[in-house]
Amino acid sequence: MVDIRSGTDGALGHAEVEDVELYHPHSWWTRYVFSQDAKIIAVQYASTAIAIGMVALVLSWLMRLQLGFPGQFAFIDAERYYQFITMHGMIMVIYLLTALFLGGFGNYLIPLMLGARDMVFPYANMLSYWLYLLAVLVLVSSFFAPGGPTGAGWTLYPPQAVLSGTPGGKDWGILLMLSSLILFIIGFTMGGLNYVVTVLQGRARGMTLMRMPLTIWGIFTATVMALLAFPALFVACVMMMFDRVLGTSFFMPAIVEMGEQLQHGGGSPILFQHLFWFFGHPEVYIVALPAFGIVSDLISTHARKNIFGYRMMVWAIVVIGALSFVVWAHHMYVSGMNPYFGFFFATTTLIIAVPTALKVYNWVLTLWRGDIHLNLPMLFALGFIVTFVNGGLTGLFLGNVVVDVPLSDTMFVVAHFHMVMGVAPILVIFGAIYHWYPKVTGRMLNEAMGQLHFWVTFVGAYLIFFPMHYLGLIGVPRRYYEMGETAFVPASAHTLNEFITIVALIVGAVQIVFLFNLVWSIRHGRDAGGNPWRATTLEWQTPETPPRHGNWGKELPVVYRWAYDYSVPGAPEDFIPQNQPGPDNLTRETAT
Amino acid sequence: MSAPTHAPVAEPSPRPSGLAGFAADWASDQRTFKNVSWGKAMMWIFLLSDTFVFGCFLVAYMSARMSTAVPWPNPSEVFALHIGGSDVPLILIAIMTFVLISSSGTMAMAVNYGYRRDRRKTAALMLLTALFGATFVGMQAFEWTKLISEGVRPWGNPWGAPQFGSTFFMITGFHGTHVTIGVIFLLIIARKVWRGDFETGKRGFFTSRKGQYEIVEITGLYWHFVDLVWVFIFAFFYLW
Repeated sequence: MVDIRSGTDGALGHAEVEDVELYHPHSWWTRYVFSQDAKIIAVQYASTAIAIGMVALVLSWLMRLQLGFPGQFAFIDAERYYQFITMHGMIMVIYLLTALFLGGFGNYLIPLMLGARDMVFPYANMLSYWLYLLAVLVLVSSFFAPGGPTGAGWTLYPPQAVLSGTPGGKDWGILLMLSSLILFIIGFTMGGLNYVVTVLQGRARGMTLMRMPLTIWGIFTATVMALLAFPALFVACVMMMFDRVLGTSFFMPAIVEMGEQLQHGGGSPILFQHLFWFFGHPEVYIVALPAFGIVSDLISTHARKNIFGYRMMVWAIVVIGALSFVVWAHHMYVSGMNPYFGFFFATTTLIIAVPTALKVYNWVLTLWRGDIHLNLPMLFALGFIVTFVNGGLTGLFLGNVVVDVPLSDTMFVVAHFHMVMGVAPILVIFGAIYHWYPKVTGRMLNEAMGQLHFWVTFVGAYLIFFPMHYLGLIGVPRRYYEMGETAFVPASAHTLNEFITIVALIVGAVQIVFLFNLVWSIRHGRDAGGNPWRATTLEWQTPETPPRHGNWGKELPVVYRWAYDYSVPGAPEDFIPQNQPGPDNLTRETAT
Repeated sequence: MSAPTHAPVAEPSPRPSGLAGFAADWASDQRTFKNVSWGKAMMWIFLLSDTFVFGCFLVAYMSARMSTAVPWPNPSEVFALHIGGSDVPLILIAIMTFVLISSSGTMAMAVNYGYRRDRRKTAALMLLTALFGATFVGMQAFEWTKLISEGVRPWGNPWGAPQFGSTFFMITGFHGTHVTIGVIFLLIIARKVWRGDFETGKRGFFTSRKGQYEIVEITGLYWHFVDLVWVFIFAFFYLW
């Protein structure tokens, strides 16, 4: 592709890229497999992420089977249990959520929503996907490697991660995990540079940053954060690899293993924790911000009302992104820290609640007196709001040092982060898939299967994670293979664990209905037309559905208004597309 | 490409002042950085990301050095060369730094001649830059060989904290890799400049726009960044 430079007079060139200047694939292989088209890459990213996510879902079943019915399943021994926990966490956070939001939705929506023909560097974009696939394959290969995958917990804390007591510590497991992460980061950087430069430099005429849909704002901010946060994980992975392979002592203190003094000495395990969480906390928002953005658009579209406080929503996204870089040590209150640091990190953590709460208020105020269509994307969006509020409130508990210390490493923490960065973003992903599937395939997803999927998933997620708050408060620890007899946990806690396990199996099974729906509707879904939701944003205004290579036919769209002109008084329809010219008084843009 | 045929998107409004003006500039139509091409923007953002990689490496090194309980080897002695009967501290590093900084000068001149479309001088200066870079890597290899022969290993050394060797090899190795990649890239671009690929709009990477020598500048951005990183490594590792 060729980008257009400004003329000698400094005025912007005409943003019309001739069709012939696009890269055109010549064979089936370059069209559908080694494709440089962001839309194909998006589907490849999403399919791979969902496939590996299913593996992680099955792992969570196995974990729950052990917790609900300890001792009943002979093949789940303690080592396997820790391997399941580790792989479940790492896959869900990195290889599913990050890859699906940024690689999947980012690739599909950024060029389409901004009125671009493609990403700015299609070739690097293609490499990004293939490196991601390689990272996934390396990760999966660790299941078949001698000793199995690593069982160090998704945080991979040293020194235990590279010792023989941990599964995979002295075998291949930890090495394959670190290699896979390094590959993922390199691949993501290639894609991430694409997303950021496309948003900054590749927009259609009239598409100012302050006219971008909030989806793009969320994905853009999250990508910038990822480009700055993943380096810390990269460095931590490289250093741990050296500790394990070369015998350096970056993270390894003087340590005795099986009665034998190891060669290491003088390293700092806390240093790894700082590096890991300098990545790890922004990672929470790398997953959450795209969800925030997407849910804003879903709510506005399906409540037929402009988003409340668009500018505030944008600034809240940016402020959350910035603040999330100075809160990381709230994951380390029990690691040992100067009390003043604890004070600092607790304060910054609680300050994040301000822009976050602002967003929740604005979503609710968008719904207020809106024309709410209770279709599937809206149901998932509503489910997200309540789940996110719930998880956010327990975050306030855990952000305070004195409350966190007793709750740390209990099921309360498991309940908190599954609510806030597990279930809530996943609900948005589902809602977004129901919303954009018609654009990707040209057909609607089946409504009945979708309703079943939503209600079982939503209610089930609460039945699974809500009781975990209680388990945590009475002191049930997390990451324990089995509880055994304790003086403080009543026997009823075990019954609750059985209940949670049964619900988890049911919720997991319903995801198969969802996957079936995805495949079945490609052929049998109702014909969607170009704009089934009567939405304003540019991706619904493409000349063809699904959009062809190059997205826009001969002429690029020109943007005349913001993304939220729903139910404008005096307008002939209850939505005005962004590329529709018109008198300036027929908009709600200035109302915010 | 045809002339603009669309109606104005919005009436030009007076530019707001202060913070609002700052935000309006960033949010402006089509592109945030008006005269910056996609490639140059990408390189700047990549370098920002890479800054965090080196930043994390250096912070990890500093925390290891500050918290170590055993003595840290004295850089003035470790990095000294025995020349003419006496130990000259930091002499090799001084030369290496001088070479690398000089290469930034030749790179800047190459960019200048590139924009004047003086192919021969551009290519020659890029080759000179690559030569300086290769010299730097060669001297680094010499330094590594010397230290290894004196018993420095990633897991330990004869003089004190084992983190000395591990951080030294890791950080200088990572930087040296960056320089090597830069040298390779300089050679590739210099060859394209020399052949005149940028004049003919020959198909291939970076060459499809006729008369555009911007890729020389983008390569230069990377090269200057690698130099700048070295200044920090020099200051924190050798002068501390």
